[in-house]
Amino acid sequence: MLYAILCYAHEETVFAWSKEEEEAVMGKLMEVQEPLMKAGKLGPVGRLMPTTAATTVRKGKEEPLVLDGPFAETKEVLLGFYTMEADTLDEVVAFSKKLSEVNPGSSSYEIRPFYVFHPNELGKRETST
Amino acid sequence: MTDIAWIELALTAARPQAVGALLRYFRDLDTAEEAFQEACLRAIRTWPEKGPPRDPAAWLIFVGRNSGVDAIRKRARNEPLPEEEAFSDLSDAEGDMADRLDSSHYRDDILRLMFICCHPDLPNTQQIALALRIVSGLTVPQIARAFLVGESAMEQRITRAKARVAKAGIPFETPGAAERVERLGVVSSMIYLVFNEGYSAGIVNPDSAAFCDEAIRLARLLLRIFPGDPELMGLLALMLLQHSRAAARFDAAGQIVLLEDQDRTRWDRKLINEALALLDKAIRHRQPGPYQVQAAITALHARAPSAQETDWQEIVLLYDLLERIQPSPVVSLNKAVAVSKLKGPDAGLELLEPLAERLQSYFYFHGVKGGLLMQAGRNREARDAFDRAIALANSPAECAHIRQQIDKLSVAEPL
Repeated sequence: MLYAILCYAHEETVFAWSKEEEEAVMGKLMEVQEPLMKAGKLGPVGRLMPTTAATTVRKGKEEPLVLDGPFAETKEVLLGFYTMEADTLDEVVAFSKKLSEVNPGSSSYEIRPFYVFHPNELGKRETST
Repeated sequence: MTDIAWIELALTAARPQAVGALLRYFRDLDTAEEAFQEACLRAIRTWPEKGPPRDPAAWLIFVGRNSGVDAIRKRARNEPLPEEEAFSDLSDAEGDMADRLDSSHYRDDILRLMFICCHPDLPNTQQIALALRIVSGLTVPQIARAFLVGESAMEQRITRAKARVAKAGIPFETPGAAERVERLGVVSSMIYLVFNEGYSAGIVNPDSAAFCDEAIRLARLLLRIFPGDPELMGLLALMLLQHSRAAARFDAAGQIVLLEDQDRTRWDRKLINEALALLDKAIRHRQPGPYQVQAAITALHARAPSAQETDWQEIVLLYDLLERIQPSPVVSLNKAVAVSKLKGPDAGLELLEPLAERLQSYFYFHGVKGGLLMQAGRNREARDAFDRAIALANSPAECAHIRQQIDKLSVAEPL
């Protein structure tokens, strides 16, 4: 089974960390991840950029709507995620619109650029079986 | 990170929203600040024990409002304060507190708090000092160190600025859409002033260099509450891009390193990527403004793998656009530099001609002119321009940088 662990925190505080604080916290987090990494059981890890860099594609009456900012409703819950590489935001918006169009019911796609802490190829076993 | 360090960050983060709400409530800046201070003291006492609240700002507004009301009552009737016990359990009632505090006011509260610091009668430095004191909550000694003045002088300056603001009358009515846009523009300029105060100080004065981080924090805060404003995205992107070069702008001896000579591996890629993401968002709005265009220019530098690979053609086009939407001799000066990169020093010098009168007391004008004359091999004239620049330098680092240029001249052709 593959698991996603989602981190929720106060971004005002996290993005106000000084370089020293940031390094200290990241160091401790790395220590925690290391055994899992060595065992090949840790997938890509990243940190989302601040919500000010977010865009949301939401189901509209006709075409999906593109809104600035993070997803803000409380009725829906996080159900899945995609990661992709793109040169422009337009590409990501176009892809999200397509997803939105074929997804029945109300669905929103929050687009958040992120920094990769370490990439890897976890999931091969899952998809091949 | 210790509990106290976390609490301090949380208090700073919540400050604009909390003081803004308390100001709306009490309609008096001093009362609002005192009430917030009291709430912070209580937070430091109770949070380590009871754990931090989920919404620190709502907690602080609630507790601050109660303590402010008590203070007013006490002043009015000279009655003793109620026992601590009587309201200490308030901190447990925070569950529905956020609902009871009208959250729709938040963004206008924050905007108002920033806006009152931008009173047009206040000179730039006082606007910066006031914003850092009121919005960011920096202490007077911190601000005094950054501006290289004594504490009592800074205290006086801030008190005077506050009196000016109070006399002008704080606009409490909810702003209309057009007014809101106007306030956003004014506040954006103030934030950029704060940034530039830090940016120009560079590494010479670390106390004011911290203003860059502060300005970025304030812009992020503003963009979170006005998420669809492309100029705010542009402003934040611009500051992130300029700040991304912080580690490369000065050498080990504290001397200025020009953009073209900077070690680009020392640019902060994280900040650059965030800025590029913001710029991408802004461009989708198709409403170009001065901050967006300046950010786009800076982004072209950030995208170039080396100085030689800079897309000067595109930069000149963007300066043309900037000259149209925000004409200023400084913009034209920057354009002249870009043109000289594309077409050589003579083309740049030609564009400097008409600016000479208006920029005659501007350090960069003479620095740029000297540089272009040197490139064109007109060393004697270059020397004159550099001498003029030295006379106008704003810092020892600027002075030293021009001396280096003069040294190059002397090597080329002993004077």
